[in-house]
Amino acid sequence: MSATAKTQPAPHVPVKKEKLDIGRLLLEGRAFFALIAIIIFFSFMSPHYFSVNNFLIMSSHVAIFGLLAIGMLLVILNGGIDLSVGSTLGLCGVFAGFLMQGVNLEFLGITLYPSLWVVVLLTCGLGAAVGIVNGVLIAHFKVPAFVATLGTMYVARGIALLMTNGLTYNQLAGKPELGNTGFEWLGFNRLAGVPISVLVLIAVALLCGLMLSRTAFGRWLYASGGNETAADLSGVPIKRVKIVVYMLSGICAALAGLVLSSQLTSAGPTAGTTYELTAIAAVVIGGAALTGGRGTVRGTILGALVIGYLSDGLVIIGVSAYWQTVFTGTVIVLAVLLNSLQYGSSGKSR
Amino acid sequence: MSLAHDFNHQPTSQDEVVLSARHIAKSFGNTHALKMVNFDIHRGQVTTLFGENGAGKSTLMKILSGVITPTSGDIILDGESVVFHNANEARAKGISIIHQELSLAPNLNVRDNIFMGREIIRNGQVDFAEEERQTRLLMEELEEDIDPLMPLEELRLGQQQIIEIARAISQNSRILIMDEPTSALSAAEVEVLFKVIRDLTSKGVSIVYISHHLEEALEITDHAVVLRDGVMTAYAPRRDIDLEWIVRNMVGENFDLGTPPQGYDFGDTALAVKDLVIADPKGGHYNVVDKLSLEVKAGEIVCVYGLMGAGRSEFMECAAGRLKPKSGYILLGDQDISTLSVGQRIQSGLALVPEDRQKDGLVQTMSVGENLSLASIGEFAKGLLTPRSAENKLIKDSIKSVTVKTSGPEAAIGSLSGGNQQKVVIGKMLATGPKVLLLDEPSRGIDIGAKAEVFKLLAEKAKEGLAVIYSTSEVAECLSIAHRIIVMHKGKISAQFDSNVSKEQIMAASGEAVTH
Repeated sequence: MSATAKTQPAPHVPVKKEKLDIGRLLLEGRAFFALIAIIIFFSFMSPHYFSVNNFLIMSSHVAIFGLLAIGMLLVILNGGIDLSVGSTLGLCGVFAGFLMQGVNLEFLGITLYPSLWVVVLLTCGLGAAVGIVNGVLIAHFKVPAFVATLGTMYVARGIALLMTNGLTYNQLAGKPELGNTGFEWLGFNRLAGVPISVLVLIAVALLCGLMLSRTAFGRWLYASGGNETAADLSGVPIKRVKIVVYMLSGICAALAGLVLSSQLTSAGPTAGTTYELTAIAAVVIGGAALTGGRGTVRGTILGALVIGYLSDGLVIIGVSAYWQTVFTGTVIVLAVLLNSLQYGSSGKSR
Repeated sequence: MSLAHDFNHQPTSQDEVVLSARHIAKSFGNTHALKMVNFDIHRGQVTTLFGENGAGKSTLMKILSGVITPTSGDIILDGESVVFHNANEARAKGISIIHQELSLAPNLNVRDNIFMGREIIRNGQVDFAEEERQTRLLMEELEEDIDPLMPLEELRLGQQQIIEIARAISQNSRILIMDEPTSALSAAEVEVLFKVIRDLTSKGVSIVYISHHLEEALEITDHAVVLRDGVMTAYAPRRDIDLEWIVRNMVGENFDLGTPPQGYDFGDTALAVKDLVIADPKGGHYNVVDKLSLEVKAGEIVCVYGLMGAGRSEFMECAAGRLKPKSGYILLGDQDISTLSVGQRIQSGLALVPEDRQKDGLVQTMSVGENLSLASIGEFAKGLLTPRSAENKLIKDSIKSVTVKTSGPEAAIGSLSGGNQQKVVIGKMLATGPKVLLLDEPSRGIDIGAKAEVFKLLAEKAKEGLAVIYSTSEVAECLSIAHRIIVMHKGKISAQFDSNVSKEQIMAASGEAVTH
């Protein structure tokens, strides 16, 4: 987590030159302090919690939500919402599984076994396509984001179920003689002791952080989320920005789908159900405003870690799954309360 | 009566004073919004409060209407000292405020709006019949032919304002405070409003009136009070004052909005509009701009004058690419830009400063610097990443060239005054290096000092070869820096003048009744 916390400073955070206000600091760094509090609490409660290995395992769980949450952050910064990411995750997982089984082209009488990188690229392409459908519906046909992505959420889930007839692909390992092995690499392997999935998350977070703070596109995204008409009149291509944002969210969902099915060594059509809500929660806990224009990758990663470490911690100390849900919900509501406190006071600055 | 305070700021008048505020002071932290202000409201008369933005007008009105409490000072109502803790207490004493933004529900009908929050209950149910009867009486009293069951959103803005006033009257208000009531009204609607105000005053209701439109306010007022930097600088009854007196007391010096820049020749035609027709964007079956043709040369400043609904804003939005024309075309230099997007037009050299800077001009979630660089950031982003140093230089240069008063590029945009926010919008568009700059009501809602600065800036840029077109609804602003004045009326150009025209000629051509 130390690496992910080092993303670029938020471009919108006003630089305070006065003396540091403790209350303000606690408020703005709330996700970070919440994370520290969670780690300290569970370290006292369980001897197994505070170990490098456990953190790495928990982080590999966080990777799934983290990837979804980064895509969701981009959409929320734009002032939208993407309810389809959970289904896109499921669909992309199934699609990857389908490719790993071999594509049987009956009219040619051959079966294609695409290599792993082709599978990854095609799957990301599918995620991007779902995102583009969302983006075009929202930007060009003026369908409200909530409704458009609700629709694709159902459609994507339905297609995933149709593709497998409701069953799960289990043969994801591939065969050496076909040259398509290595699918489990994403979910199980480690580089220098760090799970690949965590490295993927870090890479995506760094790229998105860079994109938001240092590219013209990032600025356009913040601007069109903050005030779409003003951005439009300033020459920002708001429709293109919107479509790209949903496309990126779709790609993030596809990556999460690949990681999840690799971790589970199976691709089921119901994978990722309700994950979109967890992703939204992570973004909100990370301090982003649902009205758009405010939020950072750093905050979102912290938000994902808070949710992940909290629920894994509850599992480790043996709290029932029902209580976990109650706790997660409470954290989300608290986060939103603090958000309105922060933006409510700064919005009235004279 | 225990008015033991001194009156040296304000001569006692023989009229009856309903409410008087004495030595009112209000501080927000280290900012002193009001310093020892005395203020009288006379029974059955209109008192107008003049002052630039930030002079403390709104603060004073909020104190009188109980929205905020003063740091020190007394409010004396009918000879008794009163303290209001909130707006409801003030309302109970008959003091109502109508804010600049209407507080009505567009989805409800007139009756429900008037009785919103204080419905007449009989036997546990709302007595709609009684509410309707009272609403009808109110409308008769105001001589407005508005059906109580009409949905509010179907009324014109001016009528909605009347409903807001009717609601205040129905609460037996004796003192009615109106904050910029005419800012969104047409000339005809202003006349209706003024008639209502005269009716009310003849019935003994006292009016406190705030407006940036000085000429209009002079027409209706009985007393004038001028605030500057939280201090009351002048007080006089109507018969003793004129426009010049108000302006002098508002800005504290003789001021002028500038003259057309001279001493250079215009360049080639920068913008040519030919036979432009724009259909009503709200779906009406008429053209808001009808066969408009216009040519502006490089270095020329053109003022477009017209009433609300004359088609000024639509013309500008269409030129900038926000509205699609029905027919006609727009040439920028030799290039036909009719089919380009907003962004492409900005790149070609045509930029618009929109009328509503809060809604269309600024991104409130971004800093001053990010707002300034927003329109040009795509231009200098060479490669993938934007060079920080180039952006910072652009921001610094912009802040300097348009003289934005800010604590730094990182400051929140909301921390700036209205005039400085407007300069940020102008600076943002100037940073794109335009050849033609359109400004829709650039002086709206900014104080007179900032207005003069904005016009000075435009005059300088015109000297450097920029073609400037600005629209306004204040005649005084036509006769400032513009080389040429175009009057629009119902989507057509009804007259063109050079800068030697008189105010009366302009107003006559706009279809406005000459009142002076």
